[in-house]
Amino acid sequence: MSDIIRRDPRAEWIARNRLHPLHAAMQPAQHSWMGPNGIIRKNLHGIGFIGPNGIKRIDRSGAQQGGAVKRSATVEVQLPLHQVPAPAFYISVVPDMVGGRLSSHDRDLLGLAHQLAGEDGAVLAVVFGEHKESAFATAGVDRLLVLEGEAFSGYAPEQRVQGLRAVDNQFNPRHWLLPDSRSGGGELGRRFTAALGERPATRVWQVKDQECIGRAGAGLQDLARPLARLILAAAECAEPVSETRHEALPVELSTTVARSLSRIEDLGAVAVDPAAIPMAEAEFIFSGGNGVKDWALFHETAAALGATEGASRVAVDDGFMARDRQVGASGTWVTARVYVAVGISGAIQHLQGIGACDKVVAINLDPGCDMIKRADLSVIGESAEILQALIAAVEAYRNDAKRDAA
Amino acid sequence: MTTNVISLVSIGAHPTSGRPRRADQDARAVELGLQLAGDNLQVLHAGDVAEPALRAYLGMGLEQLHVLEQPAGADALPALTAYLRDAGAQVVLTGSQAETGEGSGMLPFLLAEGLGWPLVVGLAQVESINDGSALVLQALPRGQRRRLKVKLPFLATVDNAAPKPRQSAYGPARRGVLQAEDIEVVDDELLAVATLQPAKPRPKRLKVIKAKSGADRMKAATAKASGGGGQVLKGVTAQAGAEAILKLLIEEGVVR
Repeated sequence: MSDIIRRDPRAEWIARNRLHPLHAAMQPAQHSWMGPNGIIRKNLHGIGFIGPNGIKRIDRSGAQQGGAVKRSATVEVQLPLHQVPAPAFYISVVPDMVGGRLSSHDRDLLGLAHQLAGEDGAVLAVVFGEHKESAFATAGVDRLLVLEGEAFSGYAPEQRVQGLRAVDNQFNPRHWLLPDSRSGGGELGRRFTAALGERPATRVWQVKDQECIGRAGAGLQDLARPLARLILAAAECAEPVSETRHEALPVELSTTVARSLSRIEDLGAVAVDPAAIPMAEAEFIFSGGNGVKDWALFHETAAALGATEGASRVAVDDGFMARDRQVGASGTWVTARVYVAVGISGAIQHLQGIGACDKVVAINLDPGCDMIKRADLSVIGESAEILQALIAAVEAYRNDAKRDAA
Repeated sequence: MTTNVISLVSIGAHPTSGRPRRADQDARAVELGLQLAGDNLQVLHAGDVAEPALRAYLGMGLEQLHVLEQPAGADALPALTAYLRDAGAQVVLTGSQAETGEGSGMLPFLLAEGLGWPLVVGLAQVESINDGSALVLQALPRGQRRRLKVKLPFLATVDNAAPKPRQSAYGPARRGVLQAEDIEVVDDELLAVATLQPAKPRPKRLKVIKAKSGADRMKAATAKASGGGGQVLKGVTAQAGAEAILKLLIEEGVVR
């Protein structure tokens, strides 16, 4: 529907015709009336209508037409498409893809890649294995290369280096950019540069005029050097791409990747006591608040899910949880990837504490609370019943997995 | 069976004062080596033998410390590679990043490449060593651990997840012997083109709101709860709700 305000002759005609059956319903709401003591009362909030740009308009001519129709002021803004039909050169980026999605560090890196690519170059993102990301186009990926296969799954740094070497041979990128992070990028980048025998620039936080500056030593010094071909960049090294849309055209390797004989065998993740993980860096937090009545059941659910426990301020004040478990402004600011809030209504101080969380799940009785507005998935209902059902579902899932393995 | 372990150590810098000290991660490498090999642990340093901070490692209970003597600014890689090739070590432990100089963290990777050994990054614990392979725990971000099986000989870097180093005692630090060895000096060519300067504090990133109209800016400044696009399950049974939650948790890979 168009946002242009038009005259509605039919509505005008109904407004003139007091005998029309819709006349009363289509009258604008009354904004001033005589109060019980003979004083004229006015409802100032009711005057006017919201115009197409979300701004309140007051039409004092008396022929007000807007407002009767609910208009959608939010239009999806289509960003301009940045196309590189024939790239002069490539800038390769290997994002971390923690949890299968681009992290903020990855987005910064793509921003830096665009800074280096300019108008002629294309940004090539190399992604290993399956991913869940749908926003490659707005993050600034011109070409997307997904290296799939059994060999790249799990922890296979040596095989991934082989994959990157194949990409290097085919595309010969002008620069390689990897995140200097603990979640894989720092290690992969260093292995790759060691295999290529080139000297990378590490912990780079600024690239300017063919010179890059990175932190050196224990962080007391900076190292300024000419721009290297391989760059391991720190977080916030550049502004992420925000003003353009990109093609994210899929490309493929023309050769098969050499198989490396793995000298490191991945035996899988080890169960870690979730309570021993510091809250600030826990990946999965199960948090309880005022709505939790059965705390034994809450602890049981957290143990069944294998989650680190957290709490809102009310739960801590009431003595159900220890003070060091408090999430929020006066407690811990958590960075969990998945945060489950049980019976937490979502005070602003609590929402600040979970600002960095990726996925939030809310279990609450009140469908109007702020936590539900923040959550990606909310279930409205009595927490005790849902927690019991959750324990049963997890056990059923684990038993199924065991039966499949056997 | 005793394992032949070598720990590589460097000179650290105090994070505030910048004074020389034993490097924290290297001290953890020594600690892990002491737990693995006891008195058979060899500790190796490439640099100046007269540096007093080296004695802090001896104070952890070592009898001697090998030093490949080099001036400051020399490349430690060729010397260490040559030494390790003939040393017959099964496990070589290093910190993950030096506290002085470039601190790129490349040394263990280049050593492993030069020696042709596998490299384990972020070693937290060695569980067992037998039949030419070792079971080790690797530290991952967010306090997670991964079990790896790696062929001997291997190189491993330790970071802050490794056991805390023991205190350095003054007496053993005085009594310990520093064995210096003269080697060929290769200069590091990086310092010819790069300059070290005091670290600039990095500004905090500003939250820039790109809005066309004042109303949008006002909305962005006063917005309370973000998101809004979440799925709300209302009026479903507890079982259906729990299934939906579990599905999301499995998709995210947090429930295994």
